[in-house]
Amino acid sequence: MKKAIKKHPLAIRWFHWINFPILAVMVWSGMLIYWANDVYRIGWGDKTILRFFPDSFYKALNIPFRLAEGMSLHFVFMWIFAVNGFIYVLYLLFSGEWRYIFPDRKSIKESLIVVLHDLHLTKKVPQQKKYNAAQRIAYTVVIFMGLGSVLTGLSIYKPIQFQRLTSMLGGYEWARIEHFTLTILFSLFFLVHIIQVVLAGWNNFQSMVTGLFLIKNDEKIFSPLIVPVVEQNDDKIALEKPVIILPNEKTNEDFPPTADNEGENRQDLNTNTDE
Amino acid sequence: MISSKKFRNRSIVAFILFAGAIVASIFIWKWLHRQPEVADAPKPLRKVLSVNEKVFSKTLSSNHFAKTYPVSEAVKQVRVNGDIGLKNALDSNWKLHLVENTGDTVLITLADIKSLPKTDLVFDFKCIEGWSQITHWAGVKFSDFARKYNLDAQTQMNYVGLSTPDEQYYVGIDMASMMHPQTLLVYEMNGKPLPLNQGYPLRLIIPVKYGIKSIKRIGTIFFSNTPPPDYWYERGYDYYSGL
Repeated sequence: MKKAIKKHPLAIRWFHWINFPILAVMVWSGMLIYWANDVYRIGWGDKTILRFFPDSFYKALNIPFRLAEGMSLHFVFMWIFAVNGFIYVLYLLFSGEWRYIFPDRKSIKESLIVVLHDLHLTKKVPQQKKYNAAQRIAYTVVIFMGLGSVLTGLSIYKPIQFQRLTSMLGGYEWARIEHFTLTILFSLFFLVHIIQVVLAGWNNFQSMVTGLFLIKNDEKIFSPLIVPVVEQNDDKIALEKPVIILPNEKTNEDFPPTADNEGENRQDLNTNTDE
Repeated sequence: MISSKKFRNRSIVAFILFAGAIVASIFIWKWLHRQPEVADAPKPLRKVLSVNEKVFSKTLSSNHFAKTYPVSEAVKQVRVNGDIGLKNALDSNWKLHLVENTGDTVLITLADIKSLPKTDLVFDFKCIEGWSQITHWAGVKFSDFARKYNLDAQTQMNYVGLSTPDEQYYVGIDMASMMHPQTLLVYEMNGKPLPLNQGYPLRLIIPVKYGIKSIKRIGTIFFSNTPPPDYWYERGYDYYSGL
């Protein structure tokens, strides 16, 4: 018996896979621009721990003297990045998908367990719905990072037209630092995201392509999101739509036994009719 | 409820589409870089950049002022970033060539310009490379200059073109930005005559644009309805370069 749930709606898969190459182009062209005035470093006084970026890095990626190219790419692809992100947020809000993504009151505490669990420092298994608490926080923060990139970007792109915004962000120089910092954070997010996707395995990855997530017989994840149907025939797969649990509704951590029974009952009924 | 076979087929279709999307995006990227170039940038990018120019020049006001600062905040060491057009010796008999109409040029001395109302400006000069500096300049507003020389008809045109005496450096600027009250023909920096490397005797300071438009050592000013040649535009940069 196998079950599958419709984990990622088609819209979210599109937003995700459009964003991936577009964000890559934005980061790449951003580096071509940054090179022309590469003054940032981590350190204090004369001591520098990390310079953004070392010459070997520029050389390896063939970045120097491509400012004009970087700007033309940046100011073309920015539209797709901003529009795609904007529609994504609207979709989250209006489809109800935000309930899976936005953190709730328990998320901060739970996310610590997730981190400890992932680092093999605790045996406690964190609760995993569509996303676990750490994922919820990360995926929500990244939305705000996107918004931050658009706002800091606008304020250095048109600092006179958007003067108020620029001064709210601490002025032109600060807005550029913030824009750069967000890019570094995006890159770190990307790195962790890739590592986690690799660790999570094929079934998880393919669900971002196909939308369908296969669950094993006794797997108890996503429990509040599906109404499981027990299927006798090994060749059939039950396709379930995630059920959105309203906040004031009672949620069960495990499969609701009643639902299980209902499914079995239905099977029995069918068998009876056939006879 | 679907069969395993159908489930598998669905997954296969999704992955074929996914692979197709990857191939398509690589193809688009390659196609973009194969396109004929307009002024050193692929044509489709140029097209979007000119749409950007329209969007930002039409929807945003050209009456926004660059923030100004007290003189005490201006830096003493002003960064020198470009010497294109300054490499030849300056003609000691320099005069500004104001082309009122084709074949109708007025020669203006520095003394003539200094006799016009003087305007001081301390603002955050922004280079297209990404650095900025609070700097102190003084000169005559281009709009005052235009009034004094009766350039009413000329300032109805779309663009102003400026170039160095040796024509090695040249910029084109839309009229709205040129007539902006903070756009100055500058002959002083930090209260002293412009140094040679800052464009003595006369340079442009146009705060609503990146520094690439603030041409040093102006030789000629002319008017045009079509975009005048622009040094950095020809090297792949945005023509408008507005802030």
